[in-house]
Amino acid sequence: MAEEEDLSEMTNDVERHLKLDPPKPSSSPPCPSHVLENVLENVLKFLTTRRDRNAVSLVSRSWHHVEAQTRFEVFIGNCYSLSPARLTRRFTRVRSLFLKGKPRFADFNLMPPDWGAQFAPWVAATARAYPWLEKVSLKRMFVSDDDLALLAVSFPGFKELVLLCCEGFGTSGVAVVANKCRQLKVLDLIESEVTDDEVDWISCFPEGETHLESLSFDCVESPINFKALEGLVVRSPCLKKLRTNRFVSLEELHTLMVRAPQLTSLGTGAFSSTHDGAQGEQEPDYASAFRACRSLVCLSGFRELTAEYLPAISPVCANLTSLNFSYANISPDVFKPIIRNCHNIRVFWALDSICDEGLQAVAETCKELRELRIFPFDPSEDSEGPVSGLGLQAISEGCKKLESILYFCQRMTNVAVTAMSENCPQLTVFRLCIMGRHRPDHVTGKPMDDGFGAIVKNCKKLTRLAVSGLLTDQAFSLIGEYGKLIRTLSVAFAGDSDMGLRYILEGCPKLEKLEIRDSPFGDVGLRSGMHRYNDMRFVWMSSCRLSRGACRDIAHTLPSVVVEAFGSDDDDDDDDEDDNADYVETLYMYRSLDGPRKDAPKFVTIL
Amino acid sequence: MENVGVCDEFVNLKATELRLGLPGTEDGGEEERQKVSCCKSNKRAFPETEKDIESTGKTKPASPPKAQIVGWPPVRSYRKNNIQTKKNESEGQGMYVKVSMDGAPYLRKIDLTVYKQYPELMKSLENMFKFSVGEYCERERYKGSEFVPTYEDKDGDWMLVGDVPWEMFVSSCKRLRIMKGSEAKGLGCGV
Repeated sequence: MAEEEDLSEMTNDVERHLKLDPPKPSSSPPCPSHVLENVLENVLKFLTTRRDRNAVSLVSRSWHHVEAQTRFEVFIGNCYSLSPARLTRRFTRVRSLFLKGKPRFADFNLMPPDWGAQFAPWVAATARAYPWLEKVSLKRMFVSDDDLALLAVSFPGFKELVLLCCEGFGTSGVAVVANKCRQLKVLDLIESEVTDDEVDWISCFPEGETHLESLSFDCVESPINFKALEGLVVRSPCLKKLRTNRFVSLEELHTLMVRAPQLTSLGTGAFSSTHDGAQGEQEPDYASAFRACRSLVCLSGFRELTAEYLPAISPVCANLTSLNFSYANISPDVFKPIIRNCHNIRVFWALDSICDEGLQAVAETCKELRELRIFPFDPSEDSEGPVSGLGLQAISEGCKKLESILYFCQRMTNVAVTAMSENCPQLTVFRLCIMGRHRPDHVTGKPMDDGFGAIVKNCKKLTRLAVSGLLTDQAFSLIGEYGKLIRTLSVAFAGDSDMGLRYILEGCPKLEKLEIRDSPFGDVGLRSGMHRYNDMRFVWMSSCRLSRGACRDIAHTLPSVVVEAFGSDDDDDDDDEDDNADYVETLYMYRSLDGPRKDAPKFVTIL
Repeated sequence: MENVGVCDEFVNLKATELRLGLPGTEDGGEEERQKVSCCKSNKRAFPETEKDIESTGKTKPASPPKAQIVGWPPVRSYRKNNIQTKKNESEGQGMYVKVSMDGAPYLRKIDLTVYKQYPELMKSLENMFKFSVGEYCERERYKGSEFVPTYEDKDGDWMLVGDVPWEMFVSSCKRLRIMKGSEAKGLGCGV
């Protein structure tokens, strides 16, 4: 998402600006207000981006009012930055809601469970206020089956449900949505934890033709009723995106593809066969099924890949714009013949099992590549690491249009990172994860300061940066000096002193999201950002050197910033209690219009 | 979660490195760092100190695998689990198999795909049940031991562990039984 100016920030601006513009009592406006409103409405409906809308709402009270009436899509980057009541008061005609809950580091077990981000109060409030609600997208929220049930009965015109990295619900909740949302077009469950309630939710879709355009359930870790799925696909003529889970075999996938050749996006499930060759039965012609899907541009899945079947996708390779191999352990030999046909790929995700050699092949063929993500097959610090600076440099030389990269590796060089900074001027996202902590340039033994420095200097459009490896305060000095557009910064096991944090907070004016772990930044660094925290969405610092006193100071100085402190372990040794009472294991602070939340669990202290 | 080992690493590096930084910050930072890491209780499960510290940039040869740090590398557990699933299931049938030993009250279960060859498997079994199989050789099978490892294959036959190539064994083994005493003699002693 390019534009993430969210509701709380905008509302902050509104409250500040409109106070300076009091309505004039004496002169009445020439036009009756409802005419002005009609005109404005007709004009404003052409404005769709959040930034434009936020700007417009600051012009005057009447513009603010009309804008609120005509804003149909609301994005809330932090569900605790405002209350549901404030949302429903301000905007009266919301049709689409995007809510984000937990901060990203929660994905890595750095946050205790039951921390919060419940969807419940939001679904309750919107059920009352927006019966016409059509679309809900949630990321990192806790969603219960009851929440889903309430959603399903409260919004008769409900069309799209997208759950990204969510948890708290199961197949029974999904079944209710499938059954009751008769206008449903999109049901996308992505990287979410879905408990297996042993409910045949696929069979719960109503009979007759559906409006389904997109159905993604690749994260659902339970078998599905294939006959019911087939029947559903047959009666969903609008279906364009289908992402099945690993319990769908290759033969079953074939059946689905034959039934739905109009698919544009396919998640292939297991991609392995239950076929027993000895029986001499004819295997389905997989390649022919792929050939028949002339509109297929996006492929993913391959959850339990049997390599010999991979060439079946060859007929669609030339059309593919997006390919996700990141769950498939594919060797370079198997990979190279496939990727050679993928000239139009723009988004490519894979495991590092394709090696530098495979990346070289990508660089030679995929000239249109915009986004690359290489995940580790063995995500541990002491694994072999089949990709390195060689692969990175090759990509930089071949894929000059690259805009976004996430790269996990065991060893890296400043030279390779610098090469990427010079070859890929369009980079907006650079996330490099050298998995061994504090690992220097493996050729020179020097810190990785130069490489990351080159990235911030040369990539003038950079908005998101994640650093790793051995880094000194110098790296942060460079980030502060050159990273003027950076909005999101992730730091782990890096830096030498508070100066590192100061450089960032004093240097990066656009910084909105700062997440730091296990770095030697303390109270001095934290205090140096006092002037920034009101303008940021959140700051996360865990296992740093913060004391309660400093965190409390922030809370007292900035009343619109909520400061949460908690540790990751529940049991405190009594002996250590006194020594450690001052130490803050995890600090999570965020701006909020409605003060501290009421649903904080016991282990969270709001300072 | 930084422990003393990591502090040592910093000390070493600082001694050899040239870097920029405000004067007066380094020493204070150093002491502070050591104080903090000594004071705060280690709340993370990380008992070992780091052994393969890279002060020269070269990785030291593999030491015993480090205890993993919480949430590092930053790969979502969803993704980690899905790759693991593949690792275990891609081998075919004989993954988790029951292991019984004559005279032992409880059965155990092991994952055959974790091992790469017979010696690893035997070592693991020996550790698990606290016995010794002695040496395996073609002619005399398991010499010098009253314990003989056997397995039941796909066809229901009881076979001696070690006769067939490893991959064939993994794909055909349904369960293991460590025989003891006189019953074993029929299979184990070079017949």
